[in-house]
Amino acid sequence: MTIAKILLTDDEKPFVDTLMKRLKKRDVEIVAAYNGQEALDRLSEDDSIEVVILDIKMPVMDGMTALKEIKTRHPLVEVIMLTGHATVETGIDGMKEGAFDYLMKPCDMDQLIQKVQEAAARKRKHEQKIMEARVEAITLRRP
Amino acid sequence: MGQEAKNSRYYRSLLRNVVLTILLTAVIPMVAVSMFILNEFRISYEKKVYDHLELLARKHKKNIDIFLEEKLMDIRLLASSNSLEMLTDEATLYRKFLELQRAYGRSFVDLGVVDHQGSQIAYAGPHNLSGANYANSDWFKKAMNSPFFVSDVFKGLRESPHFIIAVQRENNGNPWIIRATVDFAEFNNLVENLRIGQTGFAFILNKSGKFQTSATNDVNSEKLISYLKDSGLLERPSSIFRLENHEGKDLLYSITTLKNGEWVMVFQQEYKEVFADLRNAQKIAVLIILVGTLVIVATALVLSQRLIRRISLADKEKQVADQEKEMMSKQVIETGKLASIGELAAGIAHEINNPVAIMIEEAGWIQDLLEEEEFKQGENLEEFNRALNQIATQGRRCKEITHKLLSFARKTDSRITEISVNELLEEIVYLSSQRTKYGNIEIQTKLAEGLPLISASETEMQQVFLNLVNNAIDAMEKTGGTIWLVSKRVEDEIVVEVADNGPGIAKANLSRIFDPFYTTKPVGKGTGLGLSICYGIIKKIGGDIEAHSVKGEGSTFKVYIPSGRNIHQKAAEKKLEDAKRNHPVLSQNI
Repeated sequence: MTIAKILLTDDEKPFVDTLMKRLKKRDVEIVAAYNGQEALDRLSEDDSIEVVILDIKMPVMDGMTALKEIKTRHPLVEVIMLTGHATVETGIDGMKEGAFDYLMKPCDMDQLIQKVQEAAARKRKHEQKIMEARVEAITLRRP
Repeated sequence: MGQEAKNSRYYRSLLRNVVLTILLTAVIPMVAVSMFILNEFRISYEKKVYDHLELLARKHKKNIDIFLEEKLMDIRLLASSNSLEMLTDEATLYRKFLELQRAYGRSFVDLGVVDHQGSQIAYAGPHNLSGANYANSDWFKKAMNSPFFVSDVFKGLRESPHFIIAVQRENNGNPWIIRATVDFAEFNNLVENLRIGQTGFAFILNKSGKFQTSATNDVNSEKLISYLKDSGLLERPSSIFRLENHEGKDLLYSITTLKNGEWVMVFQQEYKEVFADLRNAQKIAVLIILVGTLVIVATALVLSQRLIRRISLADKEKQVADQEKEMMSKQVIETGKLASIGELAAGIAHEINNPVAIMIEEAGWIQDLLEEEEFKQGENLEEFNRALNQIATQGRRCKEITHKLLSFARKTDSRITEISVNELLEEIVYLSSQRTKYGNIEIQTKLAEGLPLISASETEMQQVFLNLVNNAIDAMEKTGGTIWLVSKRVEDEIVVEVADNGPGIAKANLSRIFDPFYTTKPVGKGTGLGLSICYGIIKKIGGDIEAHSVKGEGSTFKVYIPSGRNIHQKAAEKKLEDAKRNHPVLSQNI
């Protein structure tokens, strides 16, 4: 059983590759994207992704734009912002747009795992609630 | 100082110009119009006076002419209605004389009949003149040459002034004359009645300048007559002229010829009396003009001074505004420079941060791999772990450095640490000791014990307190004084007071001291940013800052810092709450 399925998005390929290897070792199912647009494409292809780790400064499409798009197209997917110069303001801005939390680069592995778990848990909880609501709706419709 | 003197010269010359302009535009037209009106008034007044005098002279001339004409007509009637025989009868002549006296009072002094040889052949009157001979008399000679004759005034045989009216008749080819003596006093009254004011009177002269009325010492009759003859004024029936008499008096003369130009009636009056009213009117007018001018001058001075004061005030305001503007632009440039450096620092920090992150991840990866069984037996495993830890430690150090750079650029939140307010304040005292020593300023501290730590950026908090203490030192640098640093706990908050007994802050300025770019320090000394930055820092951590000041007594700044919680986390949570409230998707999902 994996902790969560995550999409790691960062334009620094060596960073992505290494972090992927480390997370996989910790039972995290992980796919990678190297800019915001790629992340959106991946999300469209794969609806099992639960958490997106999103760098803010990226080419083609930056993290904030990608975050807004993700939250519009896939509102249940949780996003953790990752930034080289994580200011409270940037993190807060991200959270205003619907991000789950923010982390500063370089980040502590344990802290990252913890945040990912929390994010995945919240997503599952939301899904559970929606499911229950649907079941209830179907049940109510029956005579 | 030089600039002030220059300014003062400029305003003085401006004042002078404004005053002169107002005076010229107001006084010159007023004076010109007044002079014109005065002159017109003088001309018209003089004309009126001359007309009046002329009228008066004519009226009197008429009276005198009528008087003489009347007397002459009576004698002519007497001569034509009575024969020589009748008139030489002294009883008849006396009767006629009495009739005349009844009709005219004492105008006629006597009556006499004179034959062609000049002998008075009959006489009626108070004097004993029967048989008097007038053969050599001037009047007789003249009377013999014309049908009637009015003599000049003369004394004659009776030794008193009189004149004679004579009518010539003929009897058997021999001319005879009936003559009447006219009383001088009565005739004189006719002229002497003409008196105006104190100095105006009339008299009659004959062509040789002899008085035909009472003589007066005021008149040099010969000189006057010669002037009249020379100037041809005797040829005219009447004229008015101004002449200085022998005593040097300025006189106005009005003359009218009488008796077919043989006599001239002269009215004379002192010029200054004639025009006394005009002179008075002129004096009053000049006085009014002077007063008006003075009022205009005073008004011009007062108004100009007010105007100049306003202009100088506006100039000063403009100057201050210009200085502020200049300072603002300097500050904007400074801020711009700082911002550029900040951006550069942020860029560098970011660029360094990424490789560092990769390095740390790689080290972490190696550490992960070393966990595997195959490496656990390795001879140098411990050494590997030590090296990897060192890489991780140094990586974190790099991270600290980049964060400090970002902190400098104010692009990132300064590192939040647990700090002791009291330690921080003691550090401030130490940092300021050099300045306070030279400024004769004492810093007294009263720090409460057992205060909780606060979560804040040490550099930012240091900036806040150092700024407040520096401001107090700036205010008292010249006079010396005391600064009190007090820390205490009030409920959930730590309160730090920075108080001084300096000159204090004016009430008007107190409300603006936290505004950006607001400063009362000299140009180049303060940026006006210090307190606004302090305000921003304290507000950011959920605290508050307030200023109390009494002009002349000192100022107290109170800083309220929340304690007992992670204030940044608190602030972030508050903002997140706001974000959730404003985000429909989030709120639906939760």
